[in-house]
Amino acid sequence: MKGKRGSTFIAVMLAMVLLAGQSFAEPITIEWWHAMRGARGETLDKMVKAFNDSQTEYKVVATNKGDYGEVVNAGVAAYRAKKHPHILMSFEVGTMTMMLSGAIYPVYQLMADQGFKIDWSSYLQAVLSYYVDEKNNLLSMPFNSSTAVMYYNVDLFKKAGLDMPSKTVPLTWEQMAEITKKLVAAGAKKGLVTTWQSWIQIENYSAMHDIPFASKANGYEGLDCELMINNPKVVGHLERLKSWMADGRFSYEGREYQGPNAAFVAGDAAIMMESVSGIGNVNKNAKFAWDIAPLPVEADMKQPQNSIIGGASLWVMKGHPKEHYKGVAAFMNFLAQTDMQELWHMETGYFPITTKAYESLKTKGFFDKIPYQEVGIKQLNRTVPNKNSRGIRLGYFVQIRNILDEEMELIWNGSKTAQQAMADAVKRGNDKLREFEKTNK
Amino acid sequence: MIKRSHFKSNGLAYLLITPQVLVTLAFFYWPAIQGLLQSLMLSDPFGRRSQFVWFENFVRIFTDILYLKSVGITLFFSLAVAFTSIIFGMTLGCLANRALRAKALIRTLLIWPYAVAPAISGILWLFLLHPAYGVVAYFLKNVVGMDWNPLLNGNDALFLVVIASAWKQVSYNFVFFMAGLQAIPHSLIEAAAIDGAGPLRRFWVITFPLLSPTIFFLTVMNIIYAFFETFGVIHAVTQGGPGGATNTLVYKVYQDGFVGLNMGASAAQSLVLMALIITVTVLQFRFVERRVQYTT
Repeated sequence: MKGKRGSTFIAVMLAMVLLAGQSFAEPITIEWWHAMRGARGETLDKMVKAFNDSQTEYKVVATNKGDYGEVVNAGVAAYRAKKHPHILMSFEVGTMTMMLSGAIYPVYQLMADQGFKIDWSSYLQAVLSYYVDEKNNLLSMPFNSSTAVMYYNVDLFKKAGLDMPSKTVPLTWEQMAEITKKLVAAGAKKGLVTTWQSWIQIENYSAMHDIPFASKANGYEGLDCELMINNPKVVGHLERLKSWMADGRFSYEGREYQGPNAAFVAGDAAIMMESVSGIGNVNKNAKFAWDIAPLPVEADMKQPQNSIIGGASLWVMKGHPKEHYKGVAAFMNFLAQTDMQELWHMETGYFPITTKAYESLKTKGFFDKIPYQEVGIKQLNRTVPNKNSRGIRLGYFVQIRNILDEEMELIWNGSKTAQQAMADAVKRGNDKLREFEKTNK
Repeated sequence: MIKRSHFKSNGLAYLLITPQVLVTLAFFYWPAIQGLLQSLMLSDPFGRRSQFVWFENFVRIFTDILYLKSVGITLFFSLAVAFTSIIFGMTLGCLANRALRAKALIRTLLIWPYAVAPAISGILWLFLLHPAYGVVAYFLKNVVGMDWNPLLNGNDALFLVVIASAWKQVSYNFVFFMAGLQAIPHSLIEAAAIDGAGPLRRFWVITFPLLSPTIFFLTVMNIIYAFFETFGVIHAVTQGGPGGATNTLVYKVYQDGFVGLNMGASAAQSLVLMALIITVTVLQFRFVERRVQYTT
């Protein structure tokens, strides 16, 4: 009896030693928390699998932690408990919070430290520029980037006897006035609808018309910035939309995308301004011919600036063993490879982040087959991003967007004039900015 | 007389309550104290910088007209939800109590909606009442000719979230009213009937007063529900819009704290909420204790 027990003990010890020996050869696990679900999540998993299969040193484990807000919250809680992942996805409006968190390892530094010499100029600049610091160094790796474009119902356009808009030259708002008038006269229930009103009608509008959204280069150059959206152009634009509500040329369908999308795919609204990431949804649900054109601009804007992106980027978090970061850098580098970027764009509609991937898709004739997929990229790439168009970097930006949504709704329901609403939005937004500034001093 | 149990020594008693005390300390007092501290500080979400600012967060919320407006909206919303769900719960309770056939089935069906999560109930009502794709909204606009638009009209939006929030609470109230009604002695009602009182009079003079402890208890419970648990409905249906017309206090806490990561402000708001709800609970105990006989 005793001898048997002894031999079991030895066997267990041996097994443990062997297993321990094994674990040295096991790949290092790299945790990635993200917000991609459904079809996007599946594509993401394909990319992760490709990386894991391509080498044996590292194993990336991607976990969906809910929507954007939930992912950032999970990251914050985990960081406080020192159980955070290596890579955390954050939406573009959370850039400022992540940047100042003290919890991140800037991507440009990571790549340099790990010996990856990356030619950042070969990336799509309008995508990168949202995530750079004031010295133009990349802080987080762009992952899913989109921009806003104009979807239109081809059948309703034909019915109204209208020419189809160009895919590269934007319509002017004067033309839009005529077009929507004709559409409504020809029986369209609603002329124009818009998703994400703050992002499209104020943030993108300002960028394309080269007007600052906030001082200090849209907040890139200092926390002491102030909102500047109560300018005549933005106010005039909102006033115009409000005046179009009287005869159905513009209709408000809600803050996010569900309402406007429903109105568009039902054939009620002839034009919808929406992110390119909505292509899949429209494709699936619209029972009519439709197409995409760039967002309209004012007639005096001969050379409109690029539109700005929405979406999310990948932040590398501090506090892991040094050897892990080699794997993180290798993974970031892998994601930026042309074949991965092509896969990502073709399956999700989000932009490729390198010009090489874009060119490659072009040569393969992808855009000849699906020309509307290229409208957004062209709009994003039509100029070199400048201080007004590279992005917006504000503290408490989520709340500021909320304020804008509220104030815009007060314009639409006639409680306030556009002038008053934007003046109030600036005042309320600046209070938030000051609070953020004080917190982060 | 309240019965008292006596232990020989206090040691065993303390030992027995220890688990409960520990749970309460860990899951109530500890977070509450954290919240209190947070409300006096400005700090970034990752916990790198925080500074003690005394009552600045409170001053900021109480000088914000929109916050005060949100307090008003919350009170109105809570009362409207409590009132609507109690009236319907009571009516259904009284009717179901008189049902002759399939009483158990009727009861079960009426309790069912309570199992629906608030967010789902919000979505269900949105499907009925959304101006773009709602069936009822279509009927209201095209048949009744009403200008129904909760996306733009604050009153419409408030009506929508009140209905969606009250709907599932009707079931909860229904259960309590059924229980309350069964506790009313039949002899009283029969005596009144013999004296010639009609059904309505019997209700007002006998049933209603005898239900009053139930009604009061439910008022408090429903107000607490409307304060805290309707978050899902509002998030799914209006996101606080249009123009802040349905921005209740608990939704604001979520917006500022969870989405906006503004810890100090949302902690201060949570404390205000807590103070409000403690007030309501104290009122409940003062009032209900006077009317309810616990032992006979």
